[in-house]
Amino acid sequence: MRIVVCVKYVPDATGDRKFADDLTVDREDVDGLLSELDEYAVEQALQIAEEADEAEVTVLTVGPEDAKDALRKALSMGADKAVHVEDDDLHGSDVMGTSLVLAKAIEETGYDIVIAGMASTDGTMGVLPAILAERLGVPQVTLLSEVKVEGGPNGTVTGRRDGDTASEQLQASLPAVVSVTDQSGEARYPSFKGIMAAKKKPVKSLDLDDLGIDADEVGLEAAWTKVDSADERPARTKGTIVTDEGEGGKRLAEFLASQKFI
Amino acid sequence: MAEILVYVDHVDGAVRKPTLELLTLARRLGEPVAVALGNGAAGTAATLAEHGATRVLTAEAAEFADYLVVPKVDALQAAYEALSAAGSLAAVLVPSSAEGKEIAARLAVRIGSGIITDAVDLEAGAEGPVATQSAFAASYTTKSRVSKGTPVITVKPNSAPVEAAPAAGAVETLAVSFGALATGTKVTARTPRESTGRPELTEAAIVVSGGRGVNGAENFAIIEALADSLGAAVGASRAAVDAGWYPHSNQVGQTGKSVSPQLYIASGISGAIQHRAGMQTSKTIVAVNKDAEAPIFDLVDYGVVGDLFNVVPQLTQEIQARKG
Ligand SMILES: Cc1cc2nc3c(=O)[nH]c(=O)nc-3n(C[C@H](O)[C@H](O)[C@H](O)COP(=O)(O)OP(=O)(O)OC[C@H]3O[C@@H](n4cnc5c(N)ncnc54)[C@H](O)[C@@H]3O)c2cc1C
Ligand SMILES: Cc1cc2nc3c(=O)[nH]c(=O)nc-3n(C[C@H](O)[C@H](O)[C@H](O)COP(=O)(O)OP(=O)(O)OC[C@H]3O[C@@H](n4cnc5c(N)ncnc54)[C@H](O)[C@@H]3O)c2cc1C
Repeated sequence: MRIVVCVKYVPDATGDRKFADDLTVDREDVDGLLSELDEYAVEQALQIAEEADEAEVTVLTVGPEDAKDALRKALSMGADKAVHVEDDDLHGSDVMGTSLVLAKAIEETGYDIVIAGMASTDGTMGVLPAILAERLGVPQVTLLSEVKVEGGPNGTVTGRRDGDTASEQLQASLPAVVSVTDQSGEARYPSFKGIMAAKKKPVKSLDLDDLGIDADEVGLEAAWTKVDSADERPARTKGTIVTDEGEGGKRLAEFLASQKFI
Repeated sequence: MAEILVYVDHVDGAVRKPTLELLTLARRLGEPVAVALGNGAAGTAATLAEHGATRVLTAEAAEFADYLVVPKVDALQAAYEALSAAGSLAAVLVPSSAEGKEIAARLAVRIGSGIITDAVDLEAGAEGPVATQSAFAASYTTKSRVSKGTPVITVKPNSAPVEAAPAAGAVETLAVSFGALATGTKVTARTPRESTGRPELTEAAIVVSGGRGVNGAENFAIIEALADSLGAAVGASRAAVDAGWYPHSNQVGQTGKSVSPQLYIASGISGAIQHRAGMQTSKTIVAVNKDAEAPIFDLVDYGVVGDLFNVVPQLTQEIQARKG
């Protein structure tokens, strides 16, 4: 079974994230890493592979040179190989551009199941997996907090999707696109052996030519959306902070009353 | 006047509040035409008309409930095609629920349009609707627009007031034919979420949340009592949810619900960036934490450094006393 995991390289959320002058993500000032939510996707891929008779896990990213770090992390967790789509013309791609490239790269790699995270920790749109299913013309089995694959490459994927108003049990035939939530199960830590082994695992680089995509279909200029401005939110004005010396609850009630909440 | 297609989120005909907010925003851009799908769709018309829908397109079919997302995309696409053939369609608006975003995104691919998700405000602009988004855990505010195709925009709950604006709301049946992908993902079982009787987290005017400091499932009764004294929804940090003290459906933050109430009260929550991502845009923020250095205090309008087991019950009692 061929499992492809989409992983994104993102700026560390605990750093001081900013926009660059062209209103794309500033990648200079903050360290990047494998989006934590994609670790859950890698974990489920590895578990599905362990259950299957024969399986290969490929991790795939679209991103700049440094995005290799995200691939190495996933390889050290236990993925078998990696594909990196890297091209200067990709800078500033929006979700339509990114998904076009990912879909082509997935087809080029070959797949029985594609696994993604529930959302990136930077763009946080949470729509890319559904878009991939649309582009690839296969079922979407998304936002699963529990996932199971049975019957090999021609088998089925089932899972639980916890929605706003109901919890649903889903079922689809492979090939399919799956996304998993952070409720799907703790992601494993890379072992020392895993980290050493990752250094020898193959990372294949592809550019737009390799995928038959024209430079003017992607990137900032060709994006389907345009950001006109990005402004830092003004810091909240310093509030009142009191120490409880027995009357903290009452004083808080006074504040709430003064704001007309009571 | 241009028409704005509005996707209706409803449960068996009961329209959810975010859709009514969308109608307020849609009226800034043109005449709202609502699309309601599935069981009870026609029953939404009166409410939608009261809030400004000039037309209500409805479709009922078993596929909407039996299969995931795609049948609804087929239907929304049919509505899109009907309106754009008449040459009057200016935008498609969808509530930013998990399902709403997926429907919107697949429609955008099919019609060759760009998509903006999680807008928190919308205005008419010279080159189409301008969406305000909140980025990087609400530390930035961006303004964006769709530059290709008919703008598809999803809007977060609590982004606009619900306003009555009576309109015709003429009900029309939408003809839908389902494509090959529609039946790809079967919903084999569905368990509705049990109602707690408290307001819906994303829609509530007041949210009272507890974190690791609450220290046990049984202690959440303290948080619930405060919530009930204020008519509030209950939220929880991921630490409290992961410990099994409160259901995941109540988690506030990046991977939980994002809330933007008039008042947010955090007790025993440190204020990690991922939690802040889900509550930073609350109008008034209050925290109770025994650690004066907790990052949540950087956000608060009013903070109490103290033990929540003393402060919260006293607050609840005082609120009840004041309410008589
Ligand atoms: C603050 C901000 C706001 C944005 N808003 C918009 C917008 O409104 N409209 C728009 O078109 N674009 C937007 N973008 C750009 C968009 O985020 C990226 O083009 C993008 O990679 C896809 O969206 P996402 O990261 O939000 O993905 P999500 O849909 O949140 O990601 C889900 C999953 O898709 C996979 N994935 C996503 N990106 C990649 C990748 N590059 N490589 C491999 N796997 C990947 C991962 O498995 C991830 O967990 C925004 C970007 C930022 C930083
Ligand atoms: C990818 C990712 C996504 C995440 N998504 C979310 C999310 O959606 N939501 C979320 O909340 N977190 C999320 N997290 C986790 C987040 O990073 C924090 O770990 C989490 O928010 C901490 O929860 P907490 O504040 O309850 O616990 P802690 O950080 O442990 O804080 C507990 C606080 O309680 C105080 N306290 C203890 N006892 C008392 C007492 N008796 N009285 C008063 N105060 C007391 C302590 O001083 C402390 O400040 C995510 C993390 C990652 C990596």
